[in-house]
Amino acid sequence: MLGAVFRNVRPVAMRVCRTLAMSAEQKEDINSRIKADKIVVFMKGVPEEPRCGFSRAVCQIFEMHGVEKFSAHNVLEDDELRENIKEFSDWPTIPQVYVGGEFVGGCDIMIQMHQSGELVDLLAEHGIKSLIK
Amino acid sequence: MAISRAITSKLQSYFLPSFLDVVNESYMHNVPKGSETHFKVFIVSEKFVGKPLIKRHREVNTVLAEELQSGVHALSIIAKTPSQWESDPSFVKSPPCLGGSKL
Repeated sequence: MLGAVFRNVRPVAMRVCRTLAMSAEQKEDINSRIKADKIVVFMKGVPEEPRCGFSRAVCQIFEMHGVEKFSAHNVLEDDELRENIKEFSDWPTIPQVYVGGEFVGGCDIMIQMHQSGELVDLLAEHGIKSLIK
Repeated sequence: MAISRAITSKLQSYFLPSFLDVVNESYMHNVPKGSETHFKVFIVSEKFVGKPLIKRHREVNTVLAEELQSGVHALSIIAKTPSQWESDPSFVKSPPCLGGSKL
Protein backbone atom coordinates (compact mmCIF):
# COMPACT_ATOMS: atom_id res chain seq x y z
CA MET A 1 0.00 0.00 0.00
CA LEU A 2 2.64 2.46 1.11
CA GLY A 3 4.82 1.24 -1.76
CA ALA A 4 2.09 2.14 -4.23
CA VAL A 5 1.77 5.60 -2.72
CA PHE A 6 5.51 6.18 -3.01
CA ARG A 7 5.56 4.95 -6.58
CA ASN A 8 2.90 7.48 -7.40
CA VAL A 9 4.66 10.43 -5.83
CA ARG A 10 8.09 9.59 -7.19
CA PRO A 11 8.17 12.07 -10.10
CA VAL A 12 7.23 14.89 -7.75
CA ALA A 13 9.84 13.80 -5.22
CA MET A 14 12.49 13.79 -7.93
CA ARG A 15 11.57 17.29 -8.96
CA VAL A 16 11.82 18.47 -5.34
CA CYS A 17 15.31 16.95 -5.11
CA ARG A 18 16.38 18.69 -8.27
CA THR A 19 15.04 22.00 -7.00
CA LEU A 20 16.95 21.58 -3.78
CA ALA A 21 20.13 21.14 -5.79
CA MET A 22 20.08 24.88 -6.42
CA SER A 23 20.96 27.01 -3.42
CA ALA A 24 18.95 30.01 -2.28
CA GLU A 25 21.76 32.33 -3.37
CA GLN A 26 21.85 30.79 -6.83
CA LYS A 27 18.11 31.20 -7.13
CA GLU A 28 18.40 34.80 -6.00
CA ASP A 29 21.17 35.37 -8.53
CA ILE A 30 18.90 34.25 -11.38
CA ASN A 31 16.01 36.22 -9.95
CA SER A 32 18.05 39.40 -10.03
CA ARG A 33 19.27 38.66 -13.57
CA ILE A 34 15.75 38.22 -14.97
CA LYS A 35 14.62 41.44 -13.33
CA ALA A 36 17.63 43.50 -14.37
CA ASP A 37 16.25 44.26 -17.83
CA LYS A 38 12.96 44.18 -19.74
CA ILE A 39 14.33 41.45 -21.99
CA VAL A 40 16.76 38.87 -20.68
CA VAL A 41 18.09 35.99 -22.77
CA PHE A 42 20.04 32.97 -21.56
CA MET A 43 21.87 31.72 -24.61
CA LYS A 44 24.89 29.93 -26.04
CA GLY A 45 27.43 32.51 -27.09
CA VAL A 46 26.79 36.25 -27.24
CA PRO A 47 24.38 38.18 -29.51
CA GLU A 48 27.32 39.31 -31.68
CA GLU A 49 28.51 35.72 -31.99
CA PRO A 50 25.94 33.07 -31.07
CA ARG A 51 27.27 29.51 -30.73
CA CYS A 52 24.02 27.70 -31.48
CA GLY A 53 21.49 28.13 -34.27
CA PHE A 54 18.55 28.30 -31.88
CA SER A 55 20.22 31.05 -29.84
CA ARG A 56 21.03 32.93 -33.02
CA ALA A 57 17.42 32.70 -34.21
CA VAL A 58 16.22 34.34 -30.97
CA CYS A 59 18.69 37.22 -31.41
CA GLN A 60 17.65 37.64 -35.05
CA ILE A 61 14.00 37.86 -34.07
CA PHE A 62 14.74 40.68 -31.61
CA GLU A 63 16.82 42.37 -34.29
CA MET A 64 13.89 42.20 -36.75
CA HIS A 65 11.71 43.91 -34.17
CA GLY A 66 14.30 46.64 -33.73
CA VAL A 67 15.15 45.60 -30.18
CA GLU A 68 18.76 46.62 -29.92
CA LYS A 69 19.36 46.30 -26.26
CA PHE A 70 18.65 43.30 -24.13
CA SER A 71 20.58 41.47 -21.46
CA ALA A 72 22.22 38.28 -22.65
CA HIS A 73 23.89 35.68 -20.46
CA ASN A 74 26.26 33.22 -22.09
CA VAL A 75 25.69 29.83 -20.45
CA LEU A 76 28.73 28.34 -22.20
CA GLU A 77 30.87 30.46 -19.90
CA ASP A 78 29.11 29.43 -16.73
CA ASP A 79 28.33 25.73 -16.21
CA GLU A 80 26.50 26.41 -12.98
CA LEU A 81 24.20 28.91 -14.64
CA ARG A 82 23.69 26.54 -17.58
CA GLU A 83 22.24 23.88 -15.26
CA ASN A 84 20.53 26.19 -12.78
CA ILE A 85 18.57 28.13 -15.38
CA LYS A 86 17.02 24.87 -16.61
CA GLU A 87 15.89 24.09 -13.11
CA PHE A 88 14.79 27.64 -12.37
CA SER A 89 12.58 27.88 -15.46
CA ASP A 90 11.63 24.18 -15.40
CA TRP A 91 12.67 24.18 -19.05
CA PRO A 92 15.18 21.65 -20.37
CA THR A 93 16.83 23.57 -23.21
CA ILE A 94 18.73 26.76 -24.08
CA PRO A 95 17.98 29.50 -25.22
CA GLN A 96 15.49 30.83 -22.71
CA VAL A 97 13.79 34.21 -23.01
CA TYR A 98 12.38 36.33 -20.17
CA VAL A 99 10.31 39.46 -20.84
CA GLY A 100 9.32 41.67 -17.92
CA GLY A 101 10.68 39.09 -15.50
CA GLU A 102 8.37 36.38 -16.88
CA PHE A 103 9.48 33.28 -18.71
CA VAL A 104 8.31 33.38 -22.33
CA GLY A 105 9.88 30.23 -23.75
CA GLY A 106 12.61 29.02 -26.05
CA CYS A 107 13.37 29.43 -29.74
CA ASP A 108 10.28 27.61 -31.11
CA ILE A 109 7.90 29.70 -29.05
CA MET A 110 9.68 32.92 -30.06
CA ILE A 111 9.43 31.99 -33.75
CA GLN A 112 5.75 31.17 -33.46
CA MET A 113 4.98 34.31 -31.46
CA HIS A 114 6.87 36.31 -34.07
CA GLN A 115 4.85 34.71 -36.89
CA SER A 116 1.49 35.12 -35.15
CA GLY A 117 2.09 38.75 -34.17
CA GLU A 118 1.88 37.99 -30.45
CA LEU A 119 5.46 39.12 -29.94
CA VAL A 120 4.61 42.67 -31.08
CA ASP A 121 1.86 42.75 -28.43
CA LEU A 122 4.07 41.31 -25.73
CA LEU A 123 6.78 43.91 -26.41
CA ALA A 124 4.18 46.69 -26.43
CA GLU A 125 2.93 45.54 -23.02
CA HIS A 126 6.41 46.28 -21.73
CA GLY A 127 6.75 49.63 -23.45
CA ILE A 128 8.93 48.36 -26.29
CA LYS A 129 7.83 49.51 -29.71
CA SER A 130 8.46 46.92 -32.38
CA LEU A 131 9.54 47.93 -35.88
CA ILE A 132 7.07 45.35 -37.17
CA LYS A 133 3.46 46.42 -37.14
CA MET B 1 17.12 4.45 -33.33
CA ALA B 2 16.24 3.45 -29.76
CA ILE B 3 15.69 6.98 -28.45
CA SER B 4 13.83 8.03 -31.55
CA ARG B 5 11.47 5.09 -31.10
CA ALA B 6 10.99 5.81 -27.40
CA ILE B 7 10.12 9.45 -28.15
CA THR B 8 7.62 8.40 -30.81
CA SER B 9 5.88 5.81 -28.67
CA LYS B 10 5.66 8.03 -25.58
CA LEU B 11 4.18 10.90 -27.57
CA GLN B 12 1.82 8.53 -29.38
CA SER B 13 0.39 7.07 -26.20
CA TYR B 14 0.11 10.35 -24.30
CA PHE B 15 -1.15 12.77 -26.96
CA LEU B 16 -2.96 10.39 -29.36
CA PRO B 17 -1.77 12.71 -32.16
CA SER B 18 -3.55 13.00 -35.49
CA PHE B 19 -0.10 13.73 -36.94
CA LEU B 20 3.32 13.02 -35.46
CA ASP B 21 6.76 13.36 -36.96
CA VAL B 22 9.91 12.81 -34.91
CA VAL B 23 13.00 13.87 -36.82
CA ASN B 24 16.49 13.05 -35.65
CA GLU B 25 18.37 16.21 -36.61
CA SER B 26 21.61 15.15 -34.94
CA TYR B 27 23.36 14.81 -38.30
CA MET B 28 23.08 18.61 -38.63
CA HIS B 29 25.21 19.08 -35.52
CA ASN B 30 28.70 18.65 -34.21
CA VAL B 31 28.18 15.11 -32.85
CA PRO B 32 29.35 11.62 -33.92
CA LYS B 33 27.57 9.90 -36.80
CA GLY B 34 24.46 8.00 -35.72
CA SER B 35 23.98 10.12 -32.57
CA GLU B 36 20.56 10.70 -31.07
CA THR B 37 21.03 14.07 -29.44
CA HIS B 38 19.07 16.64 -31.44
CA PHE B 39 15.40 16.07 -32.24
CA LYS B 40 12.54 17.91 -33.78
CA VAL B 41 9.01 16.95 -32.92
CA PHE B 42 6.05 18.00 -35.01
CA ILE B 43 2.88 17.02 -33.23
CA VAL B 44 -0.79 17.70 -33.90
CA SER B 45 -3.21 16.76 -31.16
CA GLU B 46 -6.67 17.55 -29.81
CA LYS B 47 -5.01 17.70 -26.39
CA PHE B 48 -3.51 21.09 -27.27
CA VAL B 49 -6.86 22.79 -27.81
CA GLY B 50 -7.25 25.81 -25.52
CA LYS B 51 -3.69 25.62 -24.22
CA PRO B 52 -1.10 28.36 -24.77
CA LEU B 53 2.17 27.41 -26.48
CA ILE B 54 4.17 27.38 -23.30
CA LYS B 55 1.79 24.86 -21.73
CA ARG B 56 1.91 22.61 -24.80
CA HIS B 57 5.70 22.67 -24.79
CA ARG B 58 5.87 21.99 -21.06
CA GLU B 59 3.63 18.96 -21.53
CA VAL B 60 5.85 17.56 -24.28
CA ASN B 61 8.93 18.23 -22.15
CA THR B 62 7.34 16.41 -19.22
CA VAL B 63 6.41 13.35 -21.30
CA LEU B 64 9.99 13.23 -22.59
CA ALA B 65 11.69 14.16 -19.28
CA GLU B 66 13.63 10.88 -19.15
CA GLU B 67 15.08 11.34 -22.63
CA LEU B 68 15.93 14.98 -21.94
CA GLN B 69 17.82 13.98 -18.82
CA SER B 70 19.75 11.21 -20.50
CA GLY B 71 21.40 12.47 -23.63
CA VAL B 72 18.83 14.37 -25.67
CA HIS B 73 20.44 17.75 -25.88
CA ALA B 74 18.08 19.71 -28.14
CA LEU B 75 14.37 19.28 -28.60
CA SER B 76 12.56 21.53 -31.00
CA ILE B 77 8.78 21.38 -30.71
CA ILE B 78 6.01 22.41 -33.05
CA ALA B 79 2.74 21.64 -31.26
CA LYS B 80 -0.50 22.40 -33.05
CA THR B 81 -4.18 21.70 -32.73
CA PRO B 82 -5.88 19.92 -35.65
CA SER B 83 -7.55 23.15 -36.81
CA GLN B 84 -4.28 25.12 -36.68
CA TRP B 85 -2.61 22.36 -38.68
CA GLU B 86 -5.35 22.51 -41.29
CA SER B 87 -5.01 26.25 -41.78
CA ASP B 88 -1.19 26.20 -41.88
CA PRO B 89 0.46 22.85 -42.58
CA SER B 90 3.97 24.30 -42.69
CA PHE B 91 6.98 22.69 -41.12
CA VAL B 92 9.54 25.20 -39.86
CA LYS B 93 13.11 24.14 -40.56
CA SER B 94 15.59 24.13 -37.70
CA PRO B 95 18.47 26.59 -37.83
CA PRO B 96 22.00 25.38 -38.65
CA CYS B 97 24.34 24.38 -35.84
CA LEU B 98 27.02 26.87 -34.83
CA GLY B 99 29.17 24.40 -32.94
CA GLY B 100 28.18 25.29 -29.36
CA SER B 101 27.17 21.79 -28.30
CA LYS B 102 30.80 20.70 -28.39
CA LEU B 103 31.80 23.19 -25.71
